[in-house]
Amino acid sequence: MLAHIERLGERSIYLIQDLGRMGIFLSLAVRAIFNRPFRFGELVRQIGLVGASSLILIFFTASFTGMVLGLQGYYALRQFSAEGAIGPMVALTLLRELGPVLTALMIIGRVGSAICAEIGIMRNSEQIDALECMAVDPFRYLIAPKFLALIISVPLLTLIFNVVGILGGYVAVVLLLGLNPGSYFSAIEMSVVNQDINMGIIKSLVFALLIVWICAGRGYFVHQIRSAGFGAEGVSRATTQAVVISSISVLAANYLLTAILI
Amino acid sequence: MSSPIIQFDQVCKSFDSQKVLDGIDFSLISGQTTVIAGASGQGKSVTLKLVLGLIKPDSGRVLVMGRDVSQMRSRELNNLRTNFGVLFQGSALLDSLSVFANVALPLKERTRLSEAQTKNKVLSILEQLGLAGHEAKYPAQLSGGMKKRVGLARALMLHPKIMLFDEPTTGLDPEQAMEIYRLLLKTQQKFGYTSIIVSHDVPKIFNLADQVVIMAQGKARSFARPEDIQHSHDPEIRKFVRITMGEIYLSKNLENNYEEIKF
Repeated sequence: MLAHIERLGERSIYLIQDLGRMGIFLSLAVRAIFNRPFRFGELVRQIGLVGASSLILIFFTASFTGMVLGLQGYYALRQFSAEGAIGPMVALTLLRELGPVLTALMIIGRVGSAICAEIGIMRNSEQIDALECMAVDPFRYLIAPKFLALIISVPLLTLIFNVVGILGGYVAVVLLLGLNPGSYFSAIEMSVVNQDINMGIIKSLVFALLIVWICAGRGYFVHQIRSAGFGAEGVSRATTQAVVISSISVLAANYLLTAILI
Repeated sequence: MSSPIIQFDQVCKSFDSQKVLDGIDFSLISGQTTVIAGASGQGKSVTLKLVLGLIKPDSGRVLVMGRDVSQMRSRELNNLRTNFGVLFQGSALLDSLSVFANVALPLKERTRLSEAQTKNKVLSILEQLGLAGHEAKYPAQLSGGMKKRVGLARALMLHPKIMLFDEPTTGLDPEQAMEIYRLLLKTQQKFGYTSIIVSHDVPKIFNLADQVVIMAQGKARSFARPEDIQHSHDPEIRKFVRITMGEIYLSKNLENNYEEIKF
């Protein structure tokens, strides 16, 4: 019994320490964004890695999501003779919920995991120590460009996701199922307001921050994550942790933001 | 006698429940070479990290140029670190950068030299260290010895007052190790830095030492001359000598044949 309480206490202390570390990490990373000299070239490179290279993934995810939404919505709404509402249904679902969430989940899988592994390997091979020893702030040099790149790229990718998803819905219900093309877009135009678009953008900004914070942070502290172990296995476990924690955080944050912004 | 440039004052450091340093106490004199030796897990690399302010002691003080490292703010620490050059055990080259970019990094980040001046300085040091023609290569394309030389070139770019070498010859064949030792001697003569060498390569490494510190059981025992180690009556030191230096080879300089001294 005492051993269980001891273990519980130990885990609680570890959790508080870990949260503290991650809190300090976030504050140092945000501060480093404003520190000079600014690495503009590296920022452009990171935007290329995060944003441009993810376009094909976002395109396919969005188009199939839009198509399946259109298809499901069409058969559900037809039972109530409300096929005309299919356009707004697809658009609002994408703009408010699925666009930001699915973009974030895709970015976690494609970019977040890579960020965690890259920084974890740099930590294990003493590259981050080397930067510190050269009096080069690793937050400014390494972390800040990744933070900015995600904060810029994720909302843009979300907007692209939304547009492609709506077009995917159009392909499914207009081109494949024969719904009137005019009614699809005009219904969207009438029912979508700026607030719907803003909600998606605000969510995507928060998700971007969560993803880069958790993934970069887990990599940065790979040597201090107790369950991760050491070496290559440590990096692999930290990466898995980063993907799981950031995915759950995005889903939880999505609920909270919806409750606040709706 | 010169004043100490680095001073450990009753420094203790533990990791979880393991006490690695238990009140270590020694000084390093400016311009001299101190070799820190000892078995694995005795806190040799921890000592270097304490000097650099990468970790803080649990108690005691680490004074560098008269100032307590553990009390410094990050900006002060960064300014202090411009006095250091570090050659890491695994070289710690940034593997996404070329050899040129790795060596140029300290200049680009810490000085306002023009591109042309940076290029000249980098090419010059690469040539001095026998790396001319390898500028465009990436760390993954280099041998262990070449990586160490690139790491040394990078460490020397800001003309450090203090050089820290963490296992500079680990993983190298004897020929490459000897080459690194020659470069250490050559660069120290040229740049006049104080150096701390953490090494397992006992007794060869003692050829470079003005002072030897043996780490054992959380304590540090310093010896003014490498030869003094053999006269120690400390059981831990005797054990270290027995294990690592059944035979010790000392010579005045590395170019000469080794003179054998039996314990």
